[in-house]
Amino acid sequence: MSTASRLLMSALSLLALMLVWQVAAWWAASPLLPGPAAVLAAMMRAAEGGALQRNIAITLARVAASFIIAMLLGSAIGIALGRSPRLNELLGPWVIVLLNLPALVIIILCYVWFGLTEAAAITAVSINKIPNVAVTMREGAAALSRDLDEMARVYRLGRWKLLRHVTLPQLVPFFTASARSGLALTWKIVLVVELLGRSNGVGFELQTAFQMFDVALVLAYALAFTAVVQLIEIGLLQPWERRVNRWRR
Amino acid sequence: MSAIGIHIMGKQFPARAGAPAREIFRDFRLDVAAGEFLVLLGASGLGKTTLLNIIAGLDAEYRGAIRFAGAPPRIAYAFQSPRLLPWRTVLENVALVLPSGTEGQEAARAMLADVGLAELADAYPERLSLGQQRRVALARAFVMRPDLLLMDEPFVSLDTASARRLRDLLRRLIIQHPATVLFVTHDSREAAALASRIVRLEGTPVHIARDVRVELGVTERGSPARLQAFLSDAGLAEPEALSGGA
Repeated sequence: MSTASRLLMSALSLLALMLVWQVAAWWAASPLLPGPAAVLAAMMRAAEGGALQRNIAITLARVAASFIIAMLLGSAIGIALGRSPRLNELLGPWVIVLLNLPALVIIILCYVWFGLTEAAAITAVSINKIPNVAVTMREGAAALSRDLDEMARVYRLGRWKLLRHVTLPQLVPFFTASARSGLALTWKIVLVVELLGRSNGVGFELQTAFQMFDVALVLAYALAFTAVVQLIEIGLLQPWERRVNRWRR
Repeated sequence: MSAIGIHIMGKQFPARAGAPAREIFRDFRLDVAAGEFLVLLGASGLGKTTLLNIIAGLDAEYRGAIRFAGAPPRIAYAFQSPRLLPWRTVLENVALVLPSGTEGQEAARAMLADVGLAELADAYPERLSLGQQRRVALARAFVMRPDLLLMDEPFVSLDTASARRLRDLLRRLIIQHPATVLFVTHDSREAAALASRIVRLEGTPVHIARDVRVELGVTERGSPARLQAFLSDAGLAEPEALSGGA
């Protein structure tokens, strides 16, 4: 299927979803299930004063900060564990414990210990994500090719060349996988963190709308934010993936 | 140019997955003269690759010593599989072993032209045939001007015509860039076609069963019948070859 026809199919499918939603809204005829038009109107209202844009920007900044921290620290930990079996025996169980700790517990503990601050919020989201990244990267680091490593040793490639041309390219698929699942996980947790202890951002606005039972505003924020995340995926993540994978047949 | 003194007092494969420990080398000695094209001939699984890995410095778990005359040689290694970086272009793979910079790029490009792959410089290795990938591996080995070239069955699993073309290429490259070569194979005809000296290895632990100089001209090396005659005379012919495939 060509790109154009695939896009057309996606558009038709989304249109059908809108139709189902509209019919359900008519049938329910309640402010608790507003139709697409009502949600669009709520979205316009929120965008008029700039509140929608500002809150999405704030949330995105938090997502970006915690995502970058988690990817860096998680990759470093994962690679170290994957390269050293002894370190893995020592610290592997910690990763498992952290992996299974509910996100909510980490958020509450961070707020209790560090106060209702920006740093606590970012830390909480990063800690939630780090073990996922570490586990994926550990798998990649443990599966590094011995053959290529020997080649690099015989030809006396320096440390930098080894890292840049031999090691990192082997880790790219694992890095992409954890970045992909990472973005989805991070923005969901950021909303919870905002709901529990911040006074701005999409999560905070959702809570306010929830208290007013303003379902149209909840849906307006949810849809606007989802659209932005989709744009990042299509505009940033996918082109990058294509670039690093261009050598594959 | 390097002369090599190999003395392995002991090398074992540890017991693994039910197989008992195996002693591959015990008091094994081999001296290689500078500029020699030495073929190590022997059955698969004998320990030939292990020997190359010890000389290359990849395997340090042995007792004994590898001595090089003079300064440590620049070593290139053509492995049994090409071992190219699939995510780098052909040109980048060859330039990898040179210092970064335009000079290295130029040298790599010239070497690729030398092995007949100039127009594939910007392709990725997985798009190449196995024969072409082996050419890239050869270019990578020669571009660094090695003193010592280790080759581990570098032409295995190619069809006869491709393998012959690659042998011709290798002979030409050696003339252009003289080096001491240690070439491992289980194919006695390949050995006779290339070597200036053939060492036949046998047994566990490995010992030298035969050590033969090869003084054949270019035309003789190109003739299968002449090679077969040489192998019979030298006592290197394989039993199946002697019986004429009957």
